[in-house]
Amino acid sequence: MMERSFTIIDEAGIHARPASILVQTVSKFSADVNLEFKGKKVNLKSILGVMSLGIPEGAEINISASGEDEAEAIQTITEVLKKEKLAK
Amino acid sequence: MSGWLTGHGVSAGIAIARAFRLKEPDLAVARRTPADKEAEVRRFECAVEKSRRDLEKVKEQAARELGEDQAAVFAAHLLVLQDPELMDRVKDNILHQGMSAEFALKEAADTFISALESLDNEYMRERSADVRDVAKRVLGHLLGVQVPDLSVIREEVIIVAEDLTPSNTAQLNRKFVKGIITNGGGFTSHSAIMARSMEIPAVAGTQTSLDRIGDGTLLIIDGQEGIVIMNPEQAVVKKYEKKKAAYEEYQAGLAKFAQLPTVSADGCAVRLVANISAPSDADNVLQNGGEGIGLFRTEFLYMGRRQLPTEDEQFAAYKNVLERMKGKPVVIRTLDIGGDKQLPYLNLPKEANPFLGFRAIRLCLKRPDLFRTQLRALLRASTCGNLKITFPMIAALQELRQAKQLLLEEKENLVKAGIAVADKIEVGMMIEVPSSAVMADVFAKEIDFFSIGTNDLIQYTLAADRMNKQVAYLYEPFHPAVLRLLKTVIDAAHKEGKRAAMCGEMAGMEAAIPVLLGMGLDEFSMNASAVLPARKLISQLSKKEIGQSMDQMLQMETAEQVKQFISKHFPIKLG
Repeated sequence: MMERSFTIIDEAGIHARPASILVQTVSKFSADVNLEFKGKKVNLKSILGVMSLGIPEGAEINISASGEDEAEAIQTITEVLKKEKLAK
Repeated sequence: MSGWLTGHGVSAGIAIARAFRLKEPDLAVARRTPADKEAEVRRFECAVEKSRRDLEKVKEQAARELGEDQAAVFAAHLLVLQDPELMDRVKDNILHQGMSAEFALKEAADTFISALESLDNEYMRERSADVRDVAKRVLGHLLGVQVPDLSVIREEVIIVAEDLTPSNTAQLNRKFVKGIITNGGGFTSHSAIMARSMEIPAVAGTQTSLDRIGDGTLLIIDGQEGIVIMNPEQAVVKKYEKKKAAYEEYQAGLAKFAQLPTVSADGCAVRLVANISAPSDADNVLQNGGEGIGLFRTEFLYMGRRQLPTEDEQFAAYKNVLERMKGKPVVIRTLDIGGDKQLPYLNLPKEANPFLGFRAIRLCLKRPDLFRTQLRALLRASTCGNLKITFPMIAALQELRQAKQLLLEEKENLVKAGIAVADKIEVGMMIEVPSSAVMADVFAKEIDFFSIGTNDLIQYTLAADRMNKQVAYLYEPFHPAVLRLLKTVIDAAHKEGKRAAMCGEMAGMEAAIPVLLGMGLDEFSMNASAVLPARKLISQLSKKEIGQSMDQMLQMETAEQVKQFISKHFPIKLG
């Protein structure tokens, strides 16, 4: 399993549009990918799961992936979060 | 059956065509335990697959006919449909809770809907409608009920429906759908907004149209007046055909004013701006040729939720509207709550006279925590465009000074903390209370502009609640007392070299525009849809000529005399 932590910098937090992009990206990988925020863990392939966390600006999130392509998944997620100016 | 129905005209224009009833299917779900659980899961998966194919089709259609922006809604629907947490919950409900596919879906969808609705972010809460729409689509397939498909319409029709969902409107083909009638909804409902952007005439809030109108009934709808005529006689059809042609000609004539500045026949420039309640309304203002925002009501940020909006949430909304307006002026009014607009979470005591009570600036000055949050959000957004701030319901000089002091303090705090704030932010006040209109000469020295809020100013001047039918006759914009106050305020502003703007309904009234122009009003703020007609009207009026008869109008004894004078001398209809 691989994991990485991020701090959300978008002032609207993870809102619907970037959440969709994130979920679409993650769904292409076979690895199981989870997002943890404030002790709650959701499947990062689930748009409803991600949105229902209501992740605000400044939130510390932890993303973990386990499966064959876990390294590639974490790498791509990091790129998307940066490209969308969501997190650092 | 012939007859009339009335509702709210939510998208102007006239249509004459036959009715197409959009009947929502009965999707009632009874609780039952399936005999073969595995087969039940397969049945569910099959319905999901059918829904996925529907959605792909609708998405393509929307991209083709409405553009990529509208199609994005269906990309989101597809994500919901493929959501592993939602799907797993449904399957778990079937396999381990012994629920039928229909019931399992409903339970799972409701769980996510209530999770989304409990968030303190309006945008996320609205996404619960997406889940609802998707669940309905799958349920239709499970029950084998035909979910109506508007994309198959191939003749000119007027749609009659309870209300239209995003899935419905995306399927509308402008070529064939000539009008929309809904039982529910109002000016800001999804279907009304879509109808306006597609320029389809629409009447909303008719209550009984679905009960009274049969499929294929010949209909006339007038989306301006909010009228529906069923089975009209030939003579009525003829009359509306003429009206329709006249309307279309008028619209074509207006379009050329969108790119022009607002100038009177004798060459005097004024500014036409719009009133809005949400950042997204800004696009409509620009499309209608608005030169800025004269009033952004911030109440929407506070209403329909369980606690106060955070500074960041407010900042995001203000930044959004300023950026959308691309440097054009945006006047944002600080919170005007109380009176007829209540916030349950503030737990304010009931008052005997709410309109004379604890509202707007009075409340904000007593609740500096709440007020300072809003001021900070505004100041932070000030670098994103051309922001101006106005304070509501100022009745005494002390209130204005206190509000300005708080603004100054917050500005200094932000600057100290190294946060960028625009150097010069114009600050104005609303003139809504007669005392401040009378004292406008004093106030004018301490502000950059006045925004005259006529809705309240008229009701306070005549002491008449316009919602009270017994006294509504007193609520009269052309009452000489009101006109004299307006003249006092405008003159006082000009004497100090300041601007006078108006953002009440009066500013957009065809009959009032000549008078206000003649008085020297600098800025008219109105509904976006009124901007182009107003610009056209002003181009036909001579400010100087009207100014010359101003003294005469101000000396008149009754509103009737004023109105007669206007209709006799200026090219307008009195409505």
